Amino acid sequence: MKEHYQLAVIGAGPAGLAAATMAAEQGIDVALFDQQVAPGGQIYRAMESIPQHRARQLGDEYQRGRKLVSAFRASTAEYFAETAVWSLNGRREIGLLQQGQARMLTADQVVIASGAFERPVPFPGWTLPGVMNAGAGQILFKAHGIVPHEGVVLAGSGPLLLLLAWQYLHAGVSVKALLDVTPMKNHLYALPGLPRALLAGHYITKGMQYKSDLKRAGISTLHNIRKLRAQGKDALQSVSFVHNGREQSLETAVLLVHFGVIPHTQLSRVAGCRHLWDESQLCWRPQLDEWGRTSVDGILVAGDGGGIGGARSAEHAGRLAALQALYALGVLDRTARQRLARKDRKWMREESHIRPFLEAFFRISDDLLQVVDDDTLVCRCEEVSAGQIRAAVADGHDNSNQVKFLTRCGMGPCQGRQCAEAVSHIVAAASGKAVQDIGHYRQRPPVNPLTLGQLAGLQWEKSE
Amino acid sequence: MKADVLIIGGGLMGFSTAVHLAMRHTRCIVLDKDSPGRHASGVNAGGLRQLNRHPAEIPLSVAAAGMWRHIRELVDSDCDTRFPGQLRVAENATELESLEERAALLRSMGYRHEEMIGTDELYRLVPALAPHCTGALICRQDGYGRPFHALDAFRRKARSLGVHYQADTRVDGVLRVADEWLASTVRGEFRAPVLVNCAGAWANHMATLLGEPVPLKPGAPMMMVSERLPHFIDPVIGAAGRKLSFKQMQNGTLLIGGAHLAELDLTQGRTEMNWHKLALSARSVMTLFPQLKDVRIVRSWAGLEAFMPDNIPVIGASVTAPGAYHAFGFSAHGFQLSPVVGRILSQLILDGSSELPIEPFRIDRFRQVCRNSSAVLP
Repeated sequence: MKEHYQLAVIGAGPAGLAAATMAAEQGIDVALFDQQVAPGGQIYRAMESIPQHRARQLGDEYQRGRKLVSAFRASTAEYFAETAVWSLNGRREIGLLQQGQARMLTADQVVIASGAFERPVPFPGWTLPGVMNAGAGQILFKAHGIVPHEGVVLAGSGPLLLLLAWQYLHAGVSVKALLDVTPMKNHLYALPGLPRALLAGHYITKGMQYKSDLKRAGISTLHNIRKLRAQGKDALQSVSFVHNGREQSLETAVLLVHFGVIPHTQLSRVAGCRHLWDESQLCWRPQLDEWGRTSVDGILVAGDGGGIGGARSAEHAGRLAALQALYALGVLDRTARQRLARKDRKWMREESHIRPFLEAFFRISDDLLQVVDDDTLVCRCEEVSAGQIRAAVADGHDNSNQVKFLTRCGMGPCQGRQCAEAVSHIVAAASGKAVQDIGHYRQRPPVNPLTLGQLAGLQWEKSE
Repeated sequence: MKADVLIIGGGLMGFSTAVHLAMRHTRCIVLDKDSPGRHASGVNAGGLRQLNRHPAEIPLSVAAAGMWRHIRELVDSDCDTRFPGQLRVAENATELESLEERAALLRSMGYRHEEMIGTDELYRLVPALAPHCTGALICRQDGYGRPFHALDAFRRKARSLGVHYQADTRVDGVLRVADEWLASTVRGEFRAPVLVNCAGAWANHMATLLGEPVPLKPGAPMMMVSERLPHFIDPVIGAAGRKLSFKQMQNGTLLIGGAHLAELDLTQGRTEMNWHKLALSARSVMTLFPQLKDVRIVRSWAGLEAFMPDNIPVIGASVTAPGAYHAFGFSAHGFQLSPVVGRILSQLILDGSSELPIEPFRIDRFRQVCRNSSAVLP
């Protein structure tokens, strides 16, 4: 590992792989850092090691990653697997942790390709053992072929939930029910986005196919679910909910939930990049220009980390960010940058057609976003309930950071990753202000765990 | 808007001053460019320390210690205070000697709150400490509080006494018009016969407007906090030969400070961690508590503070402007002094004098230096 690179790429999902590959092709010094053992990110996880039959069960979108990973492997980009980034600042000093050794290096340009994670939505009982994110279920399946043998209930909203149900169906897992919490009125609100979405009709066709496969297999999908509640003493025993005005309950030891995905913004926030509230995607995201440039010089964001666009879109965004980095480094001139960007820009635009429709269609209800039940834990690290947060607001604290100071909400080991969005919603609703004005927790480094011993052993040649 | 006293700065000093004035039926307005306790007041290490204070600060610190003991009587909350003592360990003979000299100095001044302890008592009090230490200076009455809880308690108390607090209201200029101060802000004009400058790291801006700039230097001491651990230590640990402040909080987390400063971006008011120096803090902890090697650091931060060249604050009346007062420049150890500073200012404003000696803190003590300009935060 060198002490300085012309370009550092963080994250080996589609955006990071595409960015690193393209930049390396132009002959610059590129390093790609990633926490996983192998390239692929979340979407193409275990791409190089997965058995053929399991890859088939995952569908053909998954197969698309193979090309991306092998092009990256063939490039001159240096690849550092199992390497966590715990710090990034405006001077592009990057704190890394590799095999227990902490080090610092610098880069002229940084592309953050941190991807997305599942939107944490606190609901009664969500902290019970047995309640998991659908994404976690999918990771176990992709990487290890582990599936819940005694059967599952799936609940939530969004395409991934449908996909996972379909994948489980093909892997022979018993899906007891699919509880769709998407409010009925969304169908109406999503209509204006439909004509444009039809331009990317393959996504809709795919969704319809999944749905009909599930129906044919006899898996019951209940729509317009309200008052989702996980129940059990020390672990999950049943799931209760209201469907068609009637309270119902299903016995299950595993509940997989999914409420869409939101960008991983820890790195762009800790680096001091400006962020804004995206009301359509209901999340905070860095403010970016058409190349992925943030408000901080030399720091770019590509892929879902800059706003949810999906895997294909991330790939294009990764290449556009690489072109911008090459331009900033003086490797490409303005004309070459424009020319090389043309195709990716066109494809990216095509990818974006479906988004407004999807976002309106799968938008979850305010009741869920604002955690209406006072006893529900919002910050599981520090055990702070929705009621405590509302009490702090009633006492005059009307921004996320004040609420954090007062209640310790977001001060635990997860650094607010699990509760930041929910707190923004709760505080906005309780104070009558816009989410944008509530603000986001100020992100404090380290963004990944670092021990005292590791920090004490920090290697950094830069002299004081 | 009009009141008796206009206080610039909604940190602990500003609210403490407001509370003391309001208790004596004085109408106050607190103007704050951000939100309550946004900078040093909300995010400092919370040390309630008399130990190793500058001699000029000792009378104030001793008075403040008494007030913290009964802080509930003042602000209706205990501010999450604990008093397990603070100590400063020596790791060799030379350091031990310097601590003994300090203890002798205090005895000669007639103070009894700092005392030397030998290794027997040191290891009885702190069994977890590495075995090489040679003794310590201790103040058994010292402790710590939770800064934002303290800030919030003072803010609520001020509110209940009728103090008007105005957030997001930066003071652009002040003018003396016919026996009144007039502060202009984006939210209009605020007037009062008396003006108090508690603007923390931004205080020199106000002092300069009043014609008495000071060599105040902004700085942001870094801190880090660990994951929760089972309870293993009571007193707050400092070291004679190291920049270190180490304590286990009520909830089991470790709070590690040490006065190492972050990098400052003054134009944006942003701080950035200096990992090289934080690594020094981590090494200090490793030396004194090697068993903590695998403890995870959860968060680090730095709060904007301001330092005077002699590391003691400015407290008192303006020399150049009638009806103006200052309390700032606490040089990263103002938390403990905050209750007494508010009381002193209220006495200066309402009675014309305070019973505590504040002569060493006068604003013009660096007047010569300030002919040349000094750092001013925007």
